[in-house]
Amino acid sequence: MEGITITHESNARGSFCPGPLMEMIRLVKTSAVGDVLAVISNDPGSQKDIPVWIAKARQEYLGAENEPDGAVRFICRKVR
Amino acid sequence: MKRIVIIGGGMGGTLIANLLARQLKPREAHITVISASARHMYQPGWLYVALGRQDPRALSRSERGLLSKKVALHIGAVSKLDLEGQQVELEGGESLPYDYLVIATGSRMVLEDLPGFAGGAQHFYTEEAAFRLHAQLEEFNGGRIVIGVGGLPYKCPVAPLEFTFLLDEYLAHRGLRGRSEIVYTFPLGRVFTIESVAEFAQPLLEQRGIKIETFFNAEEILPDQKLVRSMEGTELNYELLIMTPPHRGAKFLEGLAIADAQGWVKTDRATLQVADHPNIWAVGDATDLPISKAGSTAHFEAPVIVAHIVAALRGSAPDPRHAEYGGHVMCFLETGYGKASLLDFDYQHSPQVAQPNAITHYQKMVFNKAYWYIVPTGVF
Repeated sequence: MEGITITHESNARGSFCPGPLMEMIRLVKTSAVGDVLAVISNDPGSQKDIPVWIAKARQEYLGAENEPDGAVRFICRKVR
Repeated sequence: MKRIVIIGGGMGGTLIANLLARQLKPREAHITVISASARHMYQPGWLYVALGRQDPRALSRSERGLLSKKVALHIGAVSKLDLEGQQVELEGGESLPYDYLVIATGSRMVLEDLPGFAGGAQHFYTEEAAFRLHAQLEEFNGGRIVIGVGGLPYKCPVAPLEFTFLLDEYLAHRGLRGRSEIVYTFPLGRVFTIESVAEFAQPLLEQRGIKIETFFNAEEILPDQKLVRSMEGTELNYELLIMTPPHRGAKFLEGLAIADAQGWVKTDRATLQVADHPNIWAVGDATDLPISKAGSTAHFEAPVIVAHIVAALRGSAPDPRHAEYGGHVMCFLETGYGKASLLDFDYQHSPQVAQPNAITHYQKMVFNKAYWYIVPTGVF
């Protein structure tokens, strides 16, 4: 995603438990307001799970990028 | 002679030390374990202690007794890891130099990371806390019990769900279930991380009259008001609040380049080598890998680290059977009333989940007793 610098990223490929969304929540909980956070997931469920939680937690969803291996990088800005 | 130092006398550190002692000749390396405690704890048993179902005396043994005689044991706390000087400094001033290092320091409970936790919540993640929770439960006379997750990551992801099922059974046996409300909260939009587990656990929770509150990540506890608030904006009152406490890595790791701000060690998911340090490995809870912080994780990682250390010492390639960790994790899940399920998965294979049954429950009971003989020793 052009113009955006990721502050913290977690590679959660193959992480069934705790899983990619837990990683996103962990990053949000342990980061500073303004940080841009990314989680890479190859779990199809993340397409729904991650954006839904980001909205629920009133954070900012910046979008998703496809990785060459089929995984997806989900990007979020911590705003509160 | 090369010096191998292993920091941590838990399951991962002890198993790695014993496997190395078995594979290496005494002239090849001197192996030392540094353990902050002289006692080796079987942590999965604390959940049962809190519910009065387990004699706590059976949950610890002498670390010295579990280690091979070829391994030196140094009991003491680490004050500093000097990466440039390749030595581990201990409180008290002593230093232990190393050629190869294994970080097996586990997790640390940091209650202060969740405001209000210390005064408002109970847990079962240390021996002392399990005793305290047991005392609280024995004096409990009804009301609302809220169960939840106080920080991420936390050890044994199934533990809150398992505890909820067993608590329901405990309250029923005490004749208190009718005047108690159990509220099970979970950080995600379902009752567990793994969808297939959530699919059988949710109806089971509902059948037992357990209320469910999903998307609940505790942000603040107000002990005076007996209230817990989530970052998603939900507030719950409680009579008794039971939460997994916030976890971090070992204190001496915080601030080092090899760890993140919470002290989790930056670790390669396949080789378990620590970033930019080919002579250092991390195992179990200590790593920053987004996989279950569980004894079985350390158990399946240990042979990989051993293979790499042996290869480095001998200038050969690692044993191909253990060259890479494939993400294997295996967990029991107690569902109460004498039944349990077993979850088994790795990076490539989604979890195979058994329906709760009596045989798996008995397997878990046997495993709890057999642990001392088969796990740290490397028999299994």
